[in-house]
Formats: sequence, structure tokens, C-alpha cells
Amino acid sequence: MTIMFNKCLMAGVIPLAIALSSTAFAQESTGKGEVEVLNWWTSGGEAKALGALKDQLADDGIGWQNMPVAGGAGTNAMAVLRSRITSNNPPTAAQVLGYDAQDWADRDALSSLDDVASAGNWDEVFPQPIQHFAKSDGHWIAAPFEIHSTNWVWANKSMMDELGIQQPGSWEEFMASMKKAQDAGHTGLAYGGQPWQDATVFENVVLATGGADFYRRAMIDLDPEALDSDTMIRSFDRFRELLQYKDDNSPGRDWNLATAMVINGDALYQIMGDWAKGEFLNAGLEPEQDFMCFRTPGTQDAVTFNSDLMIMFKNDNDQQQAMQRTMAEIIGSPEFQMTFSQLKGSVPARTDLLADKLDACAQRGYEQAKAAAESDTLMGSMAHGYAAPASVKNAVFDIVSSFVNSDMPSDVAAEQLAMVVQGARS
Amino acid sequence: MSAGATVARRNTLGRALLYAVLAVFAILYLMPLYVMLVTSFKPLEEIHQGNMLALPDTWTFAPWREAWGSACIGLECSGVHGYFFNSIKIVVPAVLISGLLGAFNGYVLTKWRFRGHKIVFGLILFSCFIPFQIILLPMARVLGILHIANSTTGLVLVHIVYGIGFTTLFFRNFYESFPDELVRAAKLDGAGFFTIFFRILLPASVPIIVVTIIWQFTNVWNDFLFGVSFTSGDSAPITVALNNLVNSSTGVKAYNVNMAAAMVAAVPTLIVYILAGKYFLRGLMSGSVKG
Amino acid sequence: MSTPPSLRGGARERLQHWLPRLVLSPSFVLVLFFVYGFILWTTYISFSNSGMLPDYTWAGTRQWSRLWSSWTWGIALHNIWVFGLLYIVTCTALGLLLAILLDQRIRAEGALRTIYLYPMALSFIVTGTAWQWFLNPGLGLERTMHSLGWESFSFNWLIDANMAIYTVVIAAVWQATGFIMAMFLAGLRGIDGEMIKAAQIDGAPTWKIYGRIIIPQLRPVFLSAIVVLAHLAIKSFDLIVAMTGGGPGNATAVPATFMYSYAFSRNEMGIAAASAVFMLAVIAALIIPYLYSELRESRS
Repeated sequence: MTIMFNKCLMAGVIPLAIALSSTAFAQESTGKGEVEVLNWWTSGGEAKALGALKDQLADDGIGWQNMPVAGGAGTNAMAVLRSRITSNNPPTAAQVLGYDAQDWADRDALSSLDDVASAGNWDEVFPQPIQHFAKSDGHWIAAPFEIHSTNWVWANKSMMDELGIQQPGSWEEFMASMKKAQDAGHTGLAYGGQPWQDATVFENVVLATGGADFYRRAMIDLDPEALDSDTMIRSFDRFRELLQYKDDNSPGRDWNLATAMVINGDALYQIMGDWAKGEFLNAGLEPEQDFMCFRTPGTQDAVTFNSDLMIMFKNDNDQQQAMQRTMAEIIGSPEFQMTFSQLKGSVPARTDLLADKLDACAQRGYEQAKAAAESDTLMGSMAHGYAAPASVKNAVFDIVSSFVNSDMPSDVAAEQLAMVVQGARS
Repeated sequence: MSAGATVARRNTLGRALLYAVLAVFAILYLMPLYVMLVTSFKPLEEIHQGNMLALPDTWTFAPWREAWGSACIGLECSGVHGYFFNSIKIVVPAVLISGLLGAFNGYVLTKWRFRGHKIVFGLILFSCFIPFQIILLPMARVLGILHIANSTTGLVLVHIVYGIGFTTLFFRNFYESFPDELVRAAKLDGAGFFTIFFRILLPASVPIIVVTIIWQFTNVWNDFLFGVSFTSGDSAPITVALNNLVNSSTGVKAYNVNMAAAMVAAVPTLIVYILAGKYFLRGLMSGSVKG
Repeated sequence: MSTPPSLRGGARERLQHWLPRLVLSPSFVLVLFFVYGFILWTTYISFSNSGMLPDYTWAGTRQWSRLWSSWTWGIALHNIWVFGLLYIVTCTALGLLLAILLDQRIRAEGALRTIYLYPMALSFIVTGTAWQWFLNPGLGLERTMHSLGWESFSFNWLIDANMAIYTVVIAAVWQATGFIMAMFLAGLRGIDGEMIKAAQIDGAPTWKIYGRIIIPQLRPVFLSAIVVLAHLAIKSFDLIVAMTGGGPGNATAVPATFMYSYAFSRNEMGIAAASAVFMLAVIAALIIPYLYSELRESRS
């Protein structure tokens, strides 16, 4: 009975499947010299940085059809991308993060960028950890825009001066300074309660608590023993300690609204990737004068990164292919890498450039990233899908967010974390 | 005959209490709409000052102008008006075609019955109730094959297909109570299938046509799941655009613009309900909609 | 002209015989393919290795066991249970109450009906946007009460993981009660007045007439209302996306948002398909007996 059922089902489904996946239904060309680029760069600095790409393409006579999908740190955009690909209607290119590029490459959906890469000597100028994500089976399949690092603290300088707070060098000092701000009636930590933001702060705590080796074992190698270890429990304890300095109204808050709290003098710190700097610069503030940037105490020697990648989808249309190559060339070029990072608040993904054009924070960040690449402590960020694939990342989000939004004990959290990571990998 | 009318007795205190309760509920029900409206006419500073119930000190149409024409959804700063027209482009054909199909189906299933008509009706009707999650993945694929992915045409097809269940239900239940004698007499007079439909049934169908149009219009206009799953960018309907607008913040949340955009998305269905709601209820009450 | 009348009549009859089915067939084919064909496809996917994109290799019950061991799925099931129960009970009770109140020869009945019914006209995205703002402690109701002088007023359910699901219930009830009220009102207007008159002559008090005579006669309406509400509850997606996005954390995740997130952002199409099939199975268990009895009753 069951066998018969299966057979009938297979007989019906398999031909359909073959029909569905056949390339007979190649997508239509997107138009006359126009690229369609899916992205979720909708906030001030991001949008400006993307505008730089649009302008450069316009100089080459290439039109720009923007396809922004706001919200959810790209979650919504990836949803749209998936349904576009499922419906055989891919955009020219898409901004993706982390393992997504590899996944699409495994699906054989991407154009190879090898010729552009070898012409631009990409193997030499981009650091290994970036190449790990931008190359698949030895072929370049993505153009890296920049290096963002997630272990930054952004601070309101005038509040620090007013309360006599020095830049904290240790976790204890860090906590004490937030206590001071809270006692003075401010919010210690500007916090956005969305799963990816919860995870961003959490990975900072893990790195600060366990150090680079522990971070690698737990977050990248996903070692069950590290995930359910005393160090992890201590990380959760510290995370809980940190969370008491956020305000009650944080759930659901966008990251840039949290940044605005620091800018407006409502909050002392925000732990966030360096894209937050764009918000400060947009508000007309100067680094080191109006606001401070420093590595999260305890994580000074390592850099957890993420890097936006532009992937290009396979296309039968020669014109589209040429435009894809042009776009990749532009993204990899030294001038664009510099301009883009200046606008977006990141540092160039190429490590062969001079930092002098960057602002004070980015200059430091650029040197730190280079040093970390040398000493093998430039590590992927879990919160942004550079440590583990999406299914594991989201399982981690589940636990971390539940921890933030409940009074889950640390040992339970660690145990659950090990369990869901295992489940997601099964 | 109203049950209450039979029961009701004169009792002044009771009546006053009754009206008071009804009024309180009416205020509760109107509150969110009221708040949306006044917020959409306030400048941003006034919103941050606090009282959301207060009327604006200074009335401004700027949020509406911005929502309609210049609010940024991502990099595109041209407001929601394009998406508004997308929704219209989707709604009109989807409602008309699914309504027409439903009318024919209802007609066949009541006046031209054949063996197995109940099973056919049951199968069609069940499609009203399926969780649409189950068709999202294959639908995306099929839209791609038909070359109408990410287009308003694609959404029209989707809404027709999944609207047939309801329109068939409405018309079938309505025609069920339409006297068979009239149809039989017409058949004896030699009138054909279409003649009977267009000459006899359709002219008597105004109430159910109104119900169907209102129902389908609201459903299609307010759809979000299909819109967000099958379209993006320029071809998205207004609900998707509204969600994107609300979620793309640039440091400051422009609540007044969000509310104005929400009102823009709400106005067409609101107007339909206010103008034709009476007929909708009358249709409901004549028992044409069983659920 | 040369065709004999009898034969013409035969062709015509045959046409008349097949025409109705012909007219019905496009809809039927569409439904067969787009509903039942797709259900089969999704069911198959739930037994496959599909991840980011469909993968047709057979995986047995692997995705199903992963679904049932998933942390979020447990939360989603718990939430839909809480949400569904509260939503159905509150909507039915409130809808009945409003219908009975409106049925007392109310002067402004038309206007009041429209007021109670209008939320149904609005998109969940619109209402979600409004309610999110309304319930936001920093800006909405709480802030308003503070500025009116009620400093201790606190209403932060929207951002409290334990309470957020109830805010969704409030908004959902607000949206659907009018429709349920209309169903009950229709039922009330259809009740035979004779029995009521007889009871009145016997001197029965009003509440007793409602409790003993009127409400029991509304049983079919209750059934319809509960079926409609239950299936709306299981399908609810937009409102949660717009109000809480499933958060804080996963506190307001429900099967519908679970499925969407696993299908489109977690690269777990197989699990997503399994969850969709599960949702369908629950709804089918509810709807099929209902439809069956409805269809059997109608014109036997």
C-alpha cells in the first residue's frame, strides 16, 4: 500500500520536478543595459554607499534598477531572493552575507568572477577569511565590498566626560561605567531587541569571556563540548549582567534607532558593528571628538567580521554578463573599496590600501583587521552568518533571543544552545 | 423578525445602559482609526510630546504628501503611490474574473446538477480553508514557468485561483434558494444555458454580486502573504510597500508618515465598507453566507 | 436548414448536457492543479532533503522528526493554542453580546453596525502598524496616560515576551468581532418569534428567554463562527508580522510565521513543508467534517 502510494507519487512528481528545474525556462533579460540589484541597504550610510556603486555604473552607461527589501538584517531580502530564484527569475546581482554565497554557488546559480579576479589579483589583495566566503571550489563567485567588524562599542563622548568615565579597559570597568550612567538617569546600553542584534551583543560577550580560541571552538567549529561548557555558562552570566543596563523598551527596536539613543545623549554605549558609525557621521558628528569608538573590552586582540558580498546570477544574456563583470570590477577596485567604506563606515576588504583617507575609528579598525588577519584572529561573526550556515545561525538566535526575553538560567541556556545547534546540523 | 424586538420592553434605565454599553464599544472600536488619523496630521515633534489622543495643535498635510509621493522605501523615495496603483491593477481583474467564474460555478452546481456535483463543490470549497503556506513554494515555481513571477499579472492569477472557492460558495448558496420552477419553465420554453443565466438569474443576483465584490475586494486588497512571497520592488502591492516603509527607518521613525501611508492603504476598503457595508450585511443576513 | 429537427435537437441536447460541465471545468481544473496538485508537491517535499531549494531525493521522515524536535516549533504550537483558544472564545462571546445588544431596536443600528464591522475592512498590515504604535510603551497608550497625569499606568505587553501574544489577541479580536457579530445578528433575525412570545406570556424574564430559547437556537451560527475563527487563527500571519515580527525573541512565533521563516530565511524548505502539511492536516480535521455535514444537510 505504502509502496504503491510512493510509486504513484514519484511517477507524478519526478517528471514535474524535471520540468521545473529544466533550463528551458530561462529568465527573460532584465532590460536594456540595466542591472537589477537586490539589497537591503536602506538606511542612511548604507544607501549612500550603494549610491556610489550606482553612480560608477552610470559612468559606464549602465542603468540601475534598485530592488531594496527592507527589514530583518536581510532576512526579508533573502526570502525575496529565494522566491525569485525558485521562480526562475533571478535579479542581475544580489547583496548577500556569509554562507549564502556558498549555498547559491553549490546550486550552480552563480556566474564565475575568475577572469575579473585574476585581472585584479584578488587572490593576493583580499585576506584569507574573506576568500573563504567569496570563493567556492577555488573559483571566485562573489565580490567582497568591505570588512565590517562587530566587536565595537560606540559611546557618547559628552556623557563620558560629564560622568568622568574613562574608556574601559576591562569587562569590570565596562560594567561600572554603565552603572554610572544608569545612576545618573541615563540608559547604560542602547539596545535593539531583534534576534540578530541579540546575537551580535552575545558574540561580543563570548569573545570577551572565552577569548579567540574559545570563540572559534564554540561558534565556528560548533564543538558541543564548548557550547555546553562552563565558559559558555559564564558568558551567559555576563550577558545577563550586561542586559540589566538596557532600557525596558528595547524589544523590536531597529539598530539605528538604538544608535540614535547614543547620538541624542539618551544612552552611554551601543555594542554594534561599525555600520553604526555611519549614523554618527550622518548626524554630523566627529569621531574621537563627539563620539568614541573602541573594541568591546576583552576583545581587543581579535576582530569578528562580516563582509557584504555581491553575487551575480547566471545569465544567458551577453549584455547582462558584461554588465556583471563591470560591476565586479568596480567593486574590487581600490578606489571604490575606499569610497564605499568611507560612506558605509566599514574598512576596505582589500588589505593593500593606505588608511589615511579613513576616519579615526576606521583607521584603527583597518589596522586591527590587518593585524588580526596576520595573527589568525580575524574570525567570522556568528550573528551575521560568517561563523556557521543559516540553519545553525538561526538556531543560535532562537536560544539567545529567548534568553534575552525571559529569565532562562545560564546553564539551561548553554545546554539548550548545544542541543539546538546539534539539531540544526542533523 | 427580530428576536430582540420581540423581547424588548420599555425600560428607560435599561435602555440608557444599553446605549451606554454600545457607545463604549463604538468608541473602543473607533479608537485605533482615530489615533491613526490624528497622528497622520501631526508634525513629528508633536507626536514625541506625548498625548496620542489629542487633536493636532498644528494640522499638517505634509505626512500625507510625503507618504504618497516622497517617502523613502529603501533608496526609492517616491512614496507609496506606485504601489497603490499596483494594488488597483491587481484587484480589478482578480475580483471580476473570480466573481464571474464563481457565478457560473454556483449556477451549474445548483441548476444544472450532475452526478458528483457535491464532491466537486466540496473540493472547490475546501480550497477556501487551506493554509496558504502549503502552496507558497510550488506557486513560486509555477509563476516562474509562466513568466509572470514578480509581476502584478502573477498576483492576479494567484488571487483568481484562491478566490474561486469563496465566490463559488457565495453564488451557490444564493442560487440554491432561487426558485427552480422559474429555471424549469425557461428550459421548457427552449431557453439555453446562457440565456437562462443572463436573462433570469443574473438580474436577480445583485445582492450576492455586491457581497462577492466586497469580500473579494477586501481580501485581495489586503493580501500580504502572496504579495510578499511573489513580488518585490516595483511590482509589490500596497500592503508590502507599507510594511517595507514602516520597517525602513533612517534614524528617526516618521510615525506620522507611517500612519498616513497606512491610511492610504486603508482608504479604498474603508470607503467600500462605508458605502456598501449595508448591502454586505443584508447579503450576509439573507443567509447567503453560511461561513 | 437541411438538418432534420430531431438530430438538431439531439446535438443541442448533447450540448446542453455537456455545457454546464464545460463551464465548470476551468475552475475545477485550476483548483485541482493549484490546490490539490500543490498539496501533493509540498507533501512530497516534506519527505525530501530539500534545503534552500527543492531537492527531490527521498529522505523519509527525517524532516518530520527534525520539525518535532525543533525548539521554535514547540513555541509556535503553544502560541497557536493560546492564541486560537482566546481568539475564538473572545470573538464569539463579544460578537454574540454585541449582536444581542444591537438587536434591541436600537436607533442608530446601521451606524453602529458599520462601526463594529469596519476593522474587518482593514489589512492586518494596516492594523498591525496602528496597534504596534498604539501599544508601544514609549509612544502610545502608556505615554498618553502618563501625560494625562496617570503616572503609574503601565502597559508593556507588546515588549514582554510572556504577554506579547495577548496583544496580538487583542488586535485580532478587534478585527474579527464585527464579522462574528454580523453572523449572530443574522441568526437572531432568523429566529421564530412565536416561541418567544409564548414564553413572554408565561412571564419569563428576558435573560431566561435568551438563555433557554434564543441562544440554543443559534447553535448552527456558533458552529459556523467557531469554524471560521479557528481557520483564521491557524492561518494568521500578517498581523503577527506587522505587530511583533514573531518577537520579542520567538515569543509570538506561530506555525504560519514558523513556516515562512524556515522556508525563506532558514534554508530549511523540508521542515517548512512538513510544518505546512501539519497545518493543513489540523485544518482539514476541523473543516472536512463540517463541510461534510453542511453539504449533506443542504437539500437532502
